[in-house]
Amino acid sequence: MSDTTFDIIVVGAGPGGYVGAIRAAQLGLKTALVEANHLGGICLNWGCIPTKALLRSAEIYEHMKHAASFGLGAKDISFDIAKIVQRSRGVSKQLSGGVGHLLKKNKVTVIDGYGKLLGGGKLAVEKDGKVFTTLNSKHIIMATGARAKSFPGLEPDGKQVWTYMEALVPTEVPKSMLVIGSGAIGIEFANFFHTFGADVTVVEAVDQIMPFEDTEISQFAQKTMEKRGMKFMTGTKVTKLDKAKDGVTATLDKGGKTETLKVDKVITAVGVVPNVENIGLDAAGVKLDDRGFIAIDGYCKTSADGVYAIGDVAGAPCLAHKASHEAIICVEKIAGQKGVHPLDKSLIPGCTYCQPQVASVGLTERGAKEKGYKIKVGRFPFMGNGKAIALGEPEGMIKTIFDEKTGELLGAHMVGAEVTELIQGFGVAKTLETTEEDLMHTVFPHPTLSEMMHESVLDAYGKAIHF
Amino acid sequence: MPIQILMPALSPTMEEGNLAKWCVKEGDTVESGDVIAEIETDKATMEVEAVDEGTIGKILVAEGTEGVKVNELIALLLEEGEDESALEGADTAAPAPAPAVKEEAPAATSSASATSSPAAPVSDSGDRVFSSPLARRIAAQEGLDIKAITGSGPRGRVVKRDVEAAKAAGTGKASAPAADKAAPKAAAAESKTISQDDPIFKLLPEFEAVPNSNMRKTIAKRLTESARDIPHFNLQVDVEIDKLMALRKELNGRDGADYKISVNDFLVKATSLALTRVPDCNVAFTDDAILKFKQVDMAIAVAVDGGLITPIIKDAASKGLATLANEAKDLALRAREGKLSPEEYQGGTFTISNLGMFGIKSFNSIINPPQGGILSIGAGEQRPVVKDGALAVATVVTLTLAVDHRCIDGATGAAFIKELKGLIEDPIALML
Repeated sequence: MSDTTFDIIVVGAGPGGYVGAIRAAQLGLKTALVEANHLGGICLNWGCIPTKALLRSAEIYEHMKHAASFGLGAKDISFDIAKIVQRSRGVSKQLSGGVGHLLKKNKVTVIDGYGKLLGGGKLAVEKDGKVFTTLNSKHIIMATGARAKSFPGLEPDGKQVWTYMEALVPTEVPKSMLVIGSGAIGIEFANFFHTFGADVTVVEAVDQIMPFEDTEISQFAQKTMEKRGMKFMTGTKVTKLDKAKDGVTATLDKGGKTETLKVDKVITAVGVVPNVENIGLDAAGVKLDDRGFIAIDGYCKTSADGVYAIGDVAGAPCLAHKASHEAIICVEKIAGQKGVHPLDKSLIPGCTYCQPQVASVGLTERGAKEKGYKIKVGRFPFMGNGKAIALGEPEGMIKTIFDEKTGELLGAHMVGAEVTELIQGFGVAKTLETTEEDLMHTVFPHPTLSEMMHESVLDAYGKAIHF
Repeated sequence: MPIQILMPALSPTMEEGNLAKWCVKEGDTVESGDVIAEIETDKATMEVEAVDEGTIGKILVAEGTEGVKVNELIALLLEEGEDESALEGADTAAPAPAPAVKEEAPAATSSASATSSPAAPVSDSGDRVFSSPLARRIAAQEGLDIKAITGSGPRGRVVKRDVEAAKAAGTGKASAPAADKAAPKAAAAESKTISQDDPIFKLLPEFEAVPNSNMRKTIAKRLTESARDIPHFNLQVDVEIDKLMALRKELNGRDGADYKISVNDFLVKATSLALTRVPDCNVAFTDDAILKFKQVDMAIAVAVDGGLITPIIKDAASKGLATLANEAKDLALRAREGKLSPEEYQGGTFTISNLGMFGIKSFNSIINPPQGGILSIGAGEQRPVVKDGALAVATVVTLTLAVDHRCIDGATGAAFIKELKGLIEDPIALML
């Protein structure tokens, strides 16, 4: 490569990095994107996307099992785990290729290698441990992501104790499984393997599953999944894993009471840690925050001039859409665009693709009370919605939380079919700062699941019609 | 149909401005990009460029008109092939100009049958303010006038944080007669000012009356309020800057340095850092709460023709000296050219004023509200000092801190001064 000087260099091609690189190129900046593994990062190759492909197979299989209730016949239904995995890998491959195409179309220089800051606007790029080029730029964006966290005694071995990497490409469905951690990753794999016949137990250290969700919603989801045969142990810690040929024996500590559980496989999904090692942060003078993520300001600038960080490596919530949004803010600010605002983290929605799905934006009921708001809460059940009944999806609810004084929509929480596709409606509402009045005046189409959003708002003010 | 030229919004928050000068006259041909007029806002004068090409058909707002509302029709541009007869029908379609406009206004307002709606997104009264439903509701609950609040959302939309900021800062009060608290205060303020018609001037020598520019009016209003309402007190200290001067020389002499750091840049850095270490001095007083800012946005007083302006270095504490120096230089240059955008001079959590270049030994400044403090920097000069019991010569600067006693007490101010002195006298600490 003849020219090694760029206006912007992005390190890491996940949903933060590749989006930032495309936006920078669109703004006329000469842009390089350095990636050691896959275009699209974890999200597209080993996270959000391939799990959605697996879960789609699970969902259809579940429907097939209940075909009779729709007046349909399906005999001898079966599945082939190898083909399910093959489809999932194919989806990732297709989309990763698509990212490559977008980068090419926008004339981003993609460099296959491992980027390491040297300080002073320089970035060394390694391949197989050897530096093969050094790039220069006044603006280097670190988008190196995060990886699975592990606790002592619970380290994954890739054989009996899995992380998401192994769980995404199983060769067979284990008879029994322990999932440690009930965040989105743990819950989604628990659902997938349970649907295909595994006896799944989910262990969560705190007192509710999906700890960041509204308690009422979490409990609703837990009950629904328990009815389908999944097992949950909250307030429980896994203290030890003893591996033997015929399985793993987990030692569980539930409030001082010890018990053991023997399973074929364990999935650890206890959160992620940022990829901050061996990328030259010290050399460049980039400081970390007290949780070990790269410390940034509202425009993703780090403590070192000319170095920026976005996405998982720059702090929670570790979500693809947060990374992409930070990427745009960071790049547009660098390019001197007008009207760039720091990201308001209270407006970032979260989605979990279990059955039933869970989606939320803003404060939980507990969070709102802790902040001192006097609140009005509205709820509407799927049972009262025509479309939900027609779909055969009567389980779920939509909950909305308003500030009693101002009518501000503080939070919205949903559990049930397709709610991950509904939550952005409340995201728009929150971003535009609507009050309950504007939401009530909005015409929601009939028959849709979205009518429940309307009814939930009406219920908060005692005006619900269908319940 | 002639093209309407509307009063432009030169910043997201601009509501009105003065049409300072027309650079073209009726009948002139203009091309896209030509400067056609100069508009004066609170603090800056900016040029208006033609967006389309054509012939200036009619100038509707005379040069020198004050308080022209954004999106008001100011001129009509004839497209190629159109002659003056095209102007006849055009007038009726114009938005109703504000009363400030003298001549052509009646023709437009008296026409009852507007054939097409105005292009500009304003209501009939011309005062639509973009604002969120939540912002409007909170403003109504707090008795604030949404029109008096500056919006920070997309395209200047007033959002919740703007209303809360206005509430905290005590601005944006509805000016209805019901606002009884504000009224006597305003009256009291006015009684202290003096009019040209005052008999006293008859006794004085002949004078030329230079009309107050918008900038002069702003300076007068804000500093009067500050001097009247804020209990100021001052803390003074001498600091030695020999080490700082040596470090400056070394840094500026480095090979390939694309910066030139001034003593003032060092003092900006030191003050910003000291404020992060004594955050109780990086504050603003409001009726309900003391607002403790989470970053230092340093305003730097810059003298310009006809007044002064305070461009702001955002998050100054986290910036390196070279960045600070280049940013300060750029802001000062553009300030003198009147080319700052309002976002660049509105705000700031603390101010630095330096009159050292004029040889001033020390001085007291008036706080720039709602900020809690301002630092005055005198000249660096060689002075006799006593060191270890013996007389010696050192380069010394006298710093004077003025603070708002409502939010910063003596001991807090002194702690900040101590931190600042330490940083200046051991400047290598600034590099950490």
